[in-house]
Amino acid sequence: MTHSSWAYLSNYLVYSAMGVYTLAFFAHAYETAWAVRAPQGEQVHTDGNLLVKTLDYKRTEKAGRIATAFMILGFLLLLAGVVSRGISAGRVPWGNMYEFSITGALAFTGAYLFALKKYDLRWLGLPISIFVLLILGTAITVLYRPSAPLVPALKSYWLVIHVSAAIISGGVFLLANTIAAAYLYLDSMEQRGERTAWAKRLPSLEVLDQLSYRLVAFVFPLWTFAVMAGAIWAEHAWGRYWGWDPKETWAFITWVAYAAYLHARVTVGWRGRKAAWLCLFAGSTFLFNYVYINIWGTGKHTYSGL
Amino acid sequence: MSNQSDLPELGLTSLLRFGWRQLTSMRTALILLLLLGVASIPGSLIPQRPQNPMKVQDYFTKDPTLAAWMNRLSLFDVFGSPWFSAIYILLFISLIGCVLPRTFDHLKASRALPPLTPANLDRMEFFHTWQGESDELARAKNWLERKHFRIREFEGSISAEKGYLRETGNLFFHLALILILVGVSVGALFGMRGEAIVNVGDRFTNTPTTYDSLSYGKLFRDQSLPPFVINVDNFQAKYDPATNAPQDYTLQVTVIDKPGAPKVKKIVKVNAPLSFGSTNVYLQANGYSPIVTVRDKSGAVVLSGPIPFLPQDANLSSIGAIKVPDSTPQLGFVSSFLPTAARDKNRGGISMYPEALDPRLLFSVWKGDLGLDRGIPQSVYRIDTTKMTKIGLKSLSIGQTFVFADGSIRFDGVVPWVNLQIVRDPGKMYSLAGGILAILGLLGSLFTRRRRIWIRTSGDGKVEVAGLARSGAPGLENEIALLVADLKKDGK
Ligand code: HEM
Repeated sequence: MTHSSWAYLSNYLVYSAMGVYTLAFFAHAYETAWAVRAPQGEQVHTDGNLLVKTLDYKRTEKAGRIATAFMILGFLLLLAGVVSRGISAGRVPWGNMYEFSITGALAFTGAYLFALKKYDLRWLGLPISIFVLLILGTAITVLYRPSAPLVPALKSYWLVIHVSAAIISGGVFLLANTIAAAYLYLDSMEQRGERTAWAKRLPSLEVLDQLSYRLVAFVFPLWTFAVMAGAIWAEHAWGRYWGWDPKETWAFITWVAYAAYLHARVTVGWRGRKAAWLCLFAGSTFLFNYVYINIWGTGKHTYSGL
Repeated sequence: MSNQSDLPELGLTSLLRFGWRQLTSMRTALILLLLLGVASIPGSLIPQRPQNPMKVQDYFTKDPTLAAWMNRLSLFDVFGSPWFSAIYILLFISLIGCVLPRTFDHLKASRALPPLTPANLDRMEFFHTWQGESDELARAKNWLERKHFRIREFEGSISAEKGYLRETGNLFFHLALILILVGVSVGALFGMRGEAIVNVGDRFTNTPTTYDSLSYGKLFRDQSLPPFVINVDNFQAKYDPATNAPQDYTLQVTVIDKPGAPKVKKIVKVNAPLSFGSTNVYLQANGYSPIVTVRDKSGAVVLSGPIPFLPQDANLSSIGAIKVPDSTPQLGFVSSFLPTAARDKNRGGISMYPEALDPRLLFSVWKGDLGLDRGIPQSVYRIDTTKMTKIGLKSLSIGQTFVFADGSIRFDGVVPWVNLQIVRDPGKMYSLAGGILAILGLLGSLFTRRRRIWIRTSGDGKVEVAGLARSGAPGLENEIALLVADLKKDGK
């Protein structure tokens, strides 16, 4: 196969992944909608962390499983799309924002599916499928660039290490943020009274609080590593490992913000709303770095043509 | 001495002690961390002098009063500003004040034995009780030893603890942060950094005068510049014909480590610098130097050779200044260079491709006073034409000559130049070691759970097991369930 046919294949795969994620979205939407209409259970009690399902979930259970199957299929298609993009360019597929975005969407779904193995997170499928569709949609329509080789500064194996660590961290940070946002939403719902029927299905506030903390604690070392690998790469390419370039500065801000979050929880004992807001703040510094600095920034990290 | 004069002193020490306790408290550490993050933000949104001096200059031309105020607040050099330094110095004092005592406590604690078994185990977490066989204590000890718990035996009970690595890792992480900062400071104090533009075919000798710009750390001395010589033999840039984006830069050099040493041929790439001990030479940028010969009215050569021009865009259209101070009157050519010339309706002459396929030299000729003797530093790429008059305008291809009233200029050819960045950073190894240590420490601290397990048997065969996990770490419930299952299974 020639380079351009790999590039075409990659595009088809990304489009198909979007199609499958759309199906996952509908299945999740169906699941959620039915949960809303399901009869009120006589009794909903919490057993440790998870709700015992006393509502009639037979139909929604099936829809939920189908949705997860679609999420997995979408993940695999997108994975193939990212890999063939890499083959078409003869390098790792992390040379411009289009490629960062599709790989980021891949990491995000990957983080979700990985966490799903351990925790009952299927209720997150709906926001996550919407999110992934938005990322991929923007990538395909606004950010798309033809497949091309890398500029010389990007040719380094440290790039592979740095960017893969950063993208995986980003995926998990995004997931932790989604959960923190869900916490704040459900918390404000509980403040006003009882949870609505469909929200009763979701885990307790305590579980959400713990979960977003655990995700952050899990990837914080990886993010630390990503920043350091970036510094090593910068040392090879530019002769200094740290130069307060806007991108570096924001990576540092994200690192400090998450360190503050961990401190707030472990040493000062923040829980709940305060911690969730801090988590959202830290996560938004990551997104800001990705969106604003890549597009409008002036540093060495802004490569022509995005 | 009367009591009155003692009082203020007492007040001062207690004030200091109070201040120190505040500074090393967790809440202050958190606030300082958040402040450090917030204080970095302006440094990424406002152009910074060390990175982008031209953009800073734009602020001064656009709104001088505002810019002056921003300058006073160090907003153009946030990361070197007093207030930014204050935050991180306070943070690190707090860090040291917090970590050192903890290190000693931890050293003591790691030699200490687990605590006494609490009287009421049913008040602890994950309490189990059942009628046992009476050898449970011995088997529990066995089980806990296999799991590397630290064990303390009492009459009829065992207290066990595990997970000291959490605190060890955490301390290593915080100490490693200090090591990183030490590395940064060593680099800043004992390092040097300079840049030099070298034409292909020319040589770079590592002495202060050959640099275009050079800055030393406060404790760096001139004589510690290693005496190497670099001959720039060839430079090749490859571009993608479809997008004009650069694909590869290869610089071929011949180096001599010190006078008398053998010549060695080497290749430099963007990600592969040359090394001379702790000094590295990086390939930073490249451009073109048009070669010109300028003659005066009598036909005598007044200037000859390559002049580096400054690239302006991705296709390397460049600007430059050809200054001839040795002719009378002085001559200046305000020039631009197009490697692959084309015409654009709106913008006039442009370059279509970064390689020198159809090079063109465009210039206006000026005569008068170049202003070089006034002692004000001038850009080598620009000419101050306030005291000059324009006497011609021309565009030349290679080999062509332009004759004007006061002389002539011939465009002989073009060579590439490369910008070498020469850096010595003796602190970077400390920072690297600190970085590696920090990550290992973090892994140890975030993935270890500190927990205690107690087991007690009484004369009537009653067995009690319970535990306690520091900061609600997960997994203890399972662990205790496993222990209980193990004890029950073997017992019955
Ligand atoms: C450069 C600034 C600092 C950074 C980046 C940083 C980062 C961290 C991180 C990532 C953790 C791990 C949290 C966890 O176990 O989940 C932590 C824990 C901790 N830090 Fe810091 N820290 C900094 C400064 C400080 C200072 C100034 C103090 C003391 C005043 C401090 C005291 C502690 C303590 C006591 C813990 C908790 C240990 C535990 O119980 O697990 N840190 N820090």
